[in-house]
Amino acid sequence: MDSRMPMRRFRKRLLRAEPNFRTLSKLWQVSWLYILLICTLAGVGYIALYSAGGGSARPFAGPQAARFGFGLILTLTVAMLPPKFLVRLAWPLYLFSLALLVVVLQMGHVGKGAERWVMIGGTQVQPSEYAKVALVLMLATWFSRIPYSKMGNPLRLIIPALMVLVPVGLVLKEPNLGTAVIIGGIGASLFFAAGMRLWQIVLLLLPVPFLLKLAYSHLHDYQRARITTFLHPESDPLGAGYNIIQSKIALGSGGMWGQGYLHGTQGQLNFLPEKQTDFIFTTIAEEWGYAGGALVIGLLLLLILGGMVMAIRSRNRFGRLLALGISVNFFLYCLVNLSMVMGAIPVGGVPLPLVSYGGSALINVMLGFGLLMSVWVHRNSRFGEEGDEESA
Amino acid sequence: MRFRGRKKREKLNRLLPVRDQKDPGKGVFTRRALLIMAVQTAALGELGRRLYDLQVNNGDHFAKLADKNRTSKRLLAPPRGLISDRFGTILAANKTNWRALLLSEETTDVEGSVERFSQLVPLDEHDRSRIAREIRHKRKFIPVVLREFLSWDDMARIEINSPSLPGVLIDVGTTRSYPFGELLAHTIGYVAPPNEQDVAKSALFALPGMRIGRAGVEQSQDAMLRGQAGSVEMEVNSVGRVMKELDRQDGTPGDELALTLDVGLQQTIQNRIGDLAASSVVMDCRNGEVLAMCSTPSFDPSLFDSGVSRAQWIEWTSDQRTPLIDKTVSGVYPPGSTFKPAVAMAALNAGVISPSDRFFCPGHFDLGGARFHCWAKHGHGSVDLHLALKYSCDVYFYEVAMKVGMDRLAASAHELGLGTELGIELPHQRLGLIPTPEWRQKHKHHWNGGDTVVSGIGQGFVQVTPLQLATYTSRIATGRKVEPHLVRAINGDIGAQVDPQHWPELGMDDRYLRAVREGMFAVVNESHGTAPKARLAIPGVEMAGKTGSAQVRRVSRALRESGHFNSATLPWEFRPHALFICFAPYDSPRYAVSVVIEHGNAGADVAAPLARDIMTDTLLRDPVNHKSAPGQTVADAE
Repeated sequence: MDSRMPMRRFRKRLLRAEPNFRTLSKLWQVSWLYILLICTLAGVGYIALYSAGGGSARPFAGPQAARFGFGLILTLTVAMLPPKFLVRLAWPLYLFSLALLVVVLQMGHVGKGAERWVMIGGTQVQPSEYAKVALVLMLATWFSRIPYSKMGNPLRLIIPALMVLVPVGLVLKEPNLGTAVIIGGIGASLFFAAGMRLWQIVLLLLPVPFLLKLAYSHLHDYQRARITTFLHPESDPLGAGYNIIQSKIALGSGGMWGQGYLHGTQGQLNFLPEKQTDFIFTTIAEEWGYAGGALVIGLLLLLILGGMVMAIRSRNRFGRLLALGISVNFFLYCLVNLSMVMGAIPVGGVPLPLVSYGGSALINVMLGFGLLMSVWVHRNSRFGEEGDEESA
Repeated sequence: MRFRGRKKREKLNRLLPVRDQKDPGKGVFTRRALLIMAVQTAALGELGRRLYDLQVNNGDHFAKLADKNRTSKRLLAPPRGLISDRFGTILAANKTNWRALLLSEETTDVEGSVERFSQLVPLDEHDRSRIAREIRHKRKFIPVVLREFLSWDDMARIEINSPSLPGVLIDVGTTRSYPFGELLAHTIGYVAPPNEQDVAKSALFALPGMRIGRAGVEQSQDAMLRGQAGSVEMEVNSVGRVMKELDRQDGTPGDELALTLDVGLQQTIQNRIGDLAASSVVMDCRNGEVLAMCSTPSFDPSLFDSGVSRAQWIEWTSDQRTPLIDKTVSGVYPPGSTFKPAVAMAALNAGVISPSDRFFCPGHFDLGGARFHCWAKHGHGSVDLHLALKYSCDVYFYEVAMKVGMDRLAASAHELGLGTELGIELPHQRLGLIPTPEWRQKHKHHWNGGDTVVSGIGQGFVQVTPLQLATYTSRIATGRKVEPHLVRAINGDIGAQVDPQHWPELGMDDRYLRAVREGMFAVVNESHGTAPKARLAIPGVEMAGKTGSAQVRRVSRALRESGHFNSATLPWEFRPHALFICFAPYDSPRYAVSVVIEHGNAGADVAAPLARDIMTDTLLRDPVNHKSAPGQTVADAE
């Protein structure tokens, strides 16, 4: 008996896993409409990168398509993971992300005056991108264990606040202002959605102006330059204001219907800085005009709102918060990037998700979509209900 | 407080589509999520609106900026116009210039390429520093000239070693060539690369291979020879590299100029002059065409295009015979006795003398306390105009100058082309000078009667150029106010100035002109004239002329009275200039010649025979004499 007990337990476990049948049926549960939307946007990205490569799949479009293929498999794989498993992953992934952020500060590859990259297995990884996803998972896990009724207790919010502030601080030190703001925004939105009381919010917002002033005094010169040139781009047309001016020119020259595919003069002639990464939207809007630009914005909005709907539709607190965090992350990406290329906010190294060239951002966005899909697939799971903590 | 609010919320939760009694945070989450969605929609909506503003409302403005970004207009250097002589012989041509260029962006080792290049084609220190400077300052895709004027051997060596010379390429440009070199250096001039001031004046000069005329006809007719620049509009990328050509407009080559010169005659005259410091102008006195203008010694004009060495420059500038100066227009000399016909014309015109009026020459002329000598120590006795010119009697002209006065004398001389600007197409023309009391006053000096006296024999302050002498001779010979000129035809169109009727009458009485011409005839052809050596050997053709020996230094009384004075024994630079002016044929004037030999001592002995030879050459070369139609080359004609 003694010897058979572990065996039986093992068999039971094996049966519970039921990998083939249950995974297949779960695969049907994936929102294929949403996947189609993702693929459409990625397709737009492919077309834009093809143009940014001067009418060639190399060097941008081809590799990016391969990465997207890999990312799609990642999405579908993660979508199959049950929330229970995801919760268990939260701490290790979060701590790993913090470790990476520390490593990047220690020995990061400097690009454009900021240490943002770290080499892992021969490829460059941007830990701050990954940290956003890990933080969403971590906060969703943590908040799912706090019953809604206990959210009014400020002491309960100290640990999650630290969970946000530590990566924000590390990213600020890189320094990557854009990503730090996004991480802060994700954290705030999760606090808000998790049921933080209104009086707490008001109390927190009061010292914000002073903090901003303090922050400005600690900004790097290049970051300050961005802010000043953003306010007066024409003051330095060939220097710091160049990006904003050329980007605006490219957008403006697109008109309603664009200059035609592969005929955008600003992008094709390299007047656009970083046209394949941060400024890919400019290439699209130049060649396809307002019609193309509005289409891309529409697709992005559909993906964001779709994610939010999935969050609302989830029947468990963990899933809701996780889906909302992922959607807000995606939204903030889009907001910062689009505002930047339109000259509405100072320039910062934030790519346009799914469209821009670059591996780190794409894989992490696809990882986020995997988590979102997992929430959707397991939306009816009763995992992480109120009282869970009490019973545990 | 917490529990009170909770019931209310649960009530609200029932209204929402997904209700869950066991999930109290659900309602709050849904409401807050909807709020976030509203914010997200509003934010992206605002971005969409902003995008519309940028792209559609302000689209035109930005489209213009984008177009300005992308196109670049470049000018194309036009080929410089050719210069030929009156018979079509090319005097200035464009010749291909093979040069080695270095394109820095095509090599990773710029210094290595330059070093290996210098082992094949030697580069001097000056070249090296220039190359290093240009590589530093020019953008990587703009080629830097390593070496111009490559020989075939150089090019072969470069081509064979091209694998070890990355970034080095051979390119062809044009450079100016002067087939007759020194012979026409002064008149044709030369070209040189434009300097910074030129570039500031016109963008055309910034073009590689562009040259600007720096002397002679090349300079005066530069605008015509230069042509119109073509332009090519190109699409460039953000670093300025050319992507493709959008529009090309080829430039117009410069105008082809046919000069009035006869290069064969020029060569003959040059040979006759040899290495004297001398100048001679041959003019068609009917219409002012300059057939030849020699100024010796000369220089090699092609050296200016490729750069003059320091040693060469010192040699030129230290030579007493001033090879770089075009003596025909920039050399000024006292005309000496060649001025006497002008004095006679002034007096006749003013009515102060008639041709038959006689003056007595005792060998000197006294004014106040000063005594002015005639060249003939014992005087010429009683002379009229004819004899005065024939003997070149100084005293006669002292008297006449005093009678006519300096103002009228100067006005008349100017009218004849002396001491005034002429229409010749050459830069650096010097005006010379016919002094007047007014001019003297301007320089804070008093005009003395003696100044008028010495002006009467073309000494003192009087200064003229050889071209002015030839022009003045032409005007006396024809009675027309011809202007000397060098451009005969532009692009094959011969101008109206070839027709003698084109030139206005001088407004001087024909009888007086004839009287002066007769005097000049006597100088050469009558016995006891001053220039019997100038008599032509061609049967039936006679020449009229006037000698001149112009002192460059005052001869002191002591020296003169010592009786041992002989100017030929003076140091070269103190000897008098020898001058001669003449025209022929006497009965139907066709050609005028002036000859000035610097420090040649005596006009009658040195200048007159040379002028005779030049005139003989000119007459023999006249197309009428050897029945070859104009347009034939000199080679054919000979």
